[in-house]
Amino acid sequence: MKVLKKITILKDKCVGCGLCVNSCAFNAISMKSSKAVIDYDKCTLCTACVDACKFNAIEIEKKAGFSSAIGLNEAEGVWVVAEQKSNKLQPVSFELLYKARQLADELGTKVTAVLLGSNVKDEAQCLIWRGADQVIIVENAEFTHYQSEPYSVVIEELAKKYKPEIILAGATTIGRSLIPRLAIKLNTGLTADCTGLEIDKKSGLLLQTRPAFGGNIMATIICKNHRPQMATVRHKVFQEAGEDHTKKGVIIEENIDTALFNSPRSILKDIVEEIEETINITEADIIVAGGRGVGSEENFKIIEELAKVLNAAIGASRSVVDEGWIPYSHQVGQTGRTVCPKIYIACGISGQIQHLVGMQSSKVIIAINKDPHAPIFNVANYRVVGDLFQVIPALTKKLKNSQTTTYSS
Amino acid sequence: MEDKKILNIIVCVKQVPDTTDVKIDPETNTLIREGVESIMNPFDRYAVEEGVRLKEKYGGRVTVLSMGPPQAENVLREAISMGADEGILLSDRAFAGSDTWATSYTIAKAIETIKGYNLIICGKQAADGDTAQVGPGISIHLDIPQVTYVKKISALENNKITVERLIEEGYEVIEVSLPCLLTVVKEINEPRIPSLRGMMKAKKAEIKVLTANELDVKPEYLGLDGSPTQVMKIFSPPQKEEGLIIEGEIPDIAEKLAQVIKEQN
Amino acid sequence: MDYLLTEEQIMMRDLSRKIAEEKIRPVAAELDEKSEFPYEIMKTLADSDLFGVYLPEEFGGFGGGVFELCLVTEELSKACGGISVCYAASALGTYPILLFGNDEQKKRFLPDLAAGKKLAAFAVTEPGAGSDASAISATAKKDGDHYILNGTKHFITNGEVADVYVIIAMTNKAKGARGASAFIVEKGTEGFSFGKKEDKLGIRASVTSELIFNECRVPAENLLNREGMGFIITMKTFDVSRPGVAAQALGIAQGALDLTVNYACERKQFGKFIGGFQGIQFMLADMTTQIEAARALIYSTARMIDAGKANTSRPSAMSKMYASDVAMKVTIDCIQIYGGYGYMKDYPIEKYMRDAKITQIYEGTNQIQRNIIASSLIKESRKK
Repeated sequence: MKVLKKITILKDKCVGCGLCVNSCAFNAISMKSSKAVIDYDKCTLCTACVDACKFNAIEIEKKAGFSSAIGLNEAEGVWVVAEQKSNKLQPVSFELLYKARQLADELGTKVTAVLLGSNVKDEAQCLIWRGADQVIIVENAEFTHYQSEPYSVVIEELAKKYKPEIILAGATTIGRSLIPRLAIKLNTGLTADCTGLEIDKKSGLLLQTRPAFGGNIMATIICKNHRPQMATVRHKVFQEAGEDHTKKGVIIEENIDTALFNSPRSILKDIVEEIEETINITEADIIVAGGRGVGSEENFKIIEELAKVLNAAIGASRSVVDEGWIPYSHQVGQTGRTVCPKIYIACGISGQIQHLVGMQSSKVIIAINKDPHAPIFNVANYRVVGDLFQVIPALTKKLKNSQTTTYSS
Repeated sequence: MEDKKILNIIVCVKQVPDTTDVKIDPETNTLIREGVESIMNPFDRYAVEEGVRLKEKYGGRVTVLSMGPPQAENVLREAISMGADEGILLSDRAFAGSDTWATSYTIAKAIETIKGYNLIICGKQAADGDTAQVGPGISIHLDIPQVTYVKKISALENNKITVERLIEEGYEVIEVSLPCLLTVVKEINEPRIPSLRGMMKAKKAEIKVLTANELDVKPEYLGLDGSPTQVMKIFSPPQKEEGLIIEGEIPDIAEKLAQVIKEQN
Repeated sequence: MDYLLTEEQIMMRDLSRKIAEEKIRPVAAELDEKSEFPYEIMKTLADSDLFGVYLPEEFGGFGGGVFELCLVTEELSKACGGISVCYAASALGTYPILLFGNDEQKKRFLPDLAAGKKLAAFAVTEPGAGSDASAISATAKKDGDHYILNGTKHFITNGEVADVYVIIAMTNKAKGARGASAFIVEKGTEGFSFGKKEDKLGIRASVTSELIFNECRVPAENLLNREGMGFIITMKTFDVSRPGVAAQALGIAQGALDLTVNYACERKQFGKFIGGFQGIQFMLADMTTQIEAARALIYSTARMIDAGKANTSRPSAMSKMYASDVAMKVTIDCIQIYGGYGYMKDYPIEKYMRDAKITQIYEGTNQIQRNIIASSLIKESRKK
């Protein structure tokens, strides 16, 4: 039987260096008589090896498949899907605008924000101040809260009408539920949870960079033949666009035929806010996080006290949450939240890879641990090898003192 | 459930390299991939468990479905050992290189061949790609409603299911009509350890393998060709410089740390 | 080494390993510190069918034997030697019924024990009767269709948490060891209560209790085999259970070594991983070789017993003695490699040493094992 290969090692170019062998996550490449050989039963065509090969010895055969709803040549403009909750804009929208503005300037095109809600005209103005050239708003009582079906139907209609070249949305629970639906509807590609976006100077394509394999590798993804090029963007990676009240822009109110979504198959019955005294960890500028080294639920008080003087959120490693010392909403890591604060203070956290994945993109990491070999130190900018029960109270006291001095002077 | 309506659950699972097992070679700063085991995507275990629990409570059957190379049948057997009834593997070289678009298309086409399905459960995302796109993609291809990030199934009656959906501020309560697709988060349950009897049953179970020829699919929507996105470059994340050691007497350390925090904030 | 396990045995081993890693390892330190019985883990082991691996299929088991029991015990012990003994001690209490029970007794007790719905315990030891089983002072006096038990058993593993107990008591003191008999006593029987719970050096997740019998009336049908068989039942039970203790010791040693090898590859001194130093390498090499030798001895013995071979007392005693001595030596050396960290309770390694110690003591001290081995050797040479 003929094997459908789609990937071939060019024997005359392969020098047998073995770079591709190590690049394969599926152990599908091996060396036989100094040439790379692919096991087609294991190969998933992830194409990681193609880039790893420095000798262009791996060839991929990719045919143009289906085409997108929006044509390559007709697409123009950078879109941001603005996020609101109860008609209040979410900060991720401003981060998207910051990036969208850069991309649009490079492409010489406009930034458009799309905003659905029930009363969002003021918010639309704010989007203009933050960098949008135009804002398309759709108002309907149904849109106060995010709902997958009506939201995706409406934005699909808008996209088909306006034909953007790029669509960006937040990699939030809203963005990651909504945007995949839209990408399928528009017959185009989507890259999730990007941490880097750039325009390729030569091709004008959007280079979408994201972590994969639990943050162990980075991949740059392109969407060559389909439009729009779509990406969700990790919260807190890009800075927020500033507000400029002199900035002018157009607000377009679109009316969408309500028949498109008036027989809902799913109904939002209720939103239950779990009130937390502490600050939401995904939004915080500073996080003080405790691990198993804290020892007990009671000892967590010293973490809380430090967080309090810093006005910081409290994070935790998985083991601490599993112990029940602190609720899951504080968990940072692969099975918890991904955070990216300005300062992350890891106290008694050993730094299992699952935890590191969730916090290693923090701007500054301070680690306090008595084990000098704790893996957390590999990602820390500042390392304190010592007893957290001495260091933290001393730091809390120091910070308290300096605050009082500031106020009294 | 209505008396006549049988709960016919499909759980989608993926075989992934064990990312917790991935180690970085400290000398070369590259991934050591050799000997990394393939496991069931950890998030999918919650999906399988929830499917099996629903079956145990309301009756019905659970079919697990996976797409991947032939050895991916191992994860289907694992799901059967946890209580699923049947496994289907979509395996064909024509599927290789699928991005989330082509994957969700292919899986949706396979689900269409399963008569009378009324509930599809997926893990919230796969641990290797972390995209969280295939679940929603399947629901669109099948034109059924979706609820992502489900942390609890609170009711199932009159052909409707009520779920709690985890959001940043708490959770939403959503009622959705069947058939529908749910993606579940780890709060939903604690996956069981399989029993020896379950493992023996799974060992003997016949895994149905479907190839492109057995599905009503268009070739231009499959595999590498049917994938709008492509990987251009893969690289190791930039390594952080070795951190600065802060040492000395406790008050000195506190002083220096306070300084760092002040500067960085 | 490849021990040519069957597919079923590989499944049992892998399943036990999974439970050890996912369920036992995360709680081992806490249960050890609090000295808390692992009820949840016993439930997991029951739900996973592992209590039945060594029992016949007709009673709901999987038709395996001592070998399968050893495989499971070894894997569980790698994560915690205290939790594994809760499992293995139930097998110890079950074996007398399996080996000497009549059909009615087997049908009555084995299915629930195979399913893990009930735990068992075996009670021989008394304050004045440790290694010297003939010194037992607990009595059982026939009274119509009942026996009346009086006396105290102590250091009983699974005491109080078990539902089914096999008790050795004297039915005829004048006959010495030949006057002992074995009885199945269920928890809740009137006159049967529990005394002191011991605070131990190691295997702290397991319960070790005192059993008190005060005019406890046990139905005559609960007598195992016949009067006077108590000592033989005890010896034959130990013959099949000692490889289990050996497997516990083996698992403890292997678990400690696994951690230590990882540590040696992470810990740097003088700019080099300590695993790169010859002094450490020699220790690691000795440890793994001794462990493998213990494993080979245990597996061969278990297979011999399961094949129904006669005269298994000596290999059984050799397995228990050798594996437990290896476990003690290995766990102490592992602490040495960990250095100062190894001495601290924050690191998991010192627990392995504490858990290992008991394996040299219970189910016959290693001195008793040496007596058994030597006397069988001498007896054999006389026959030649």
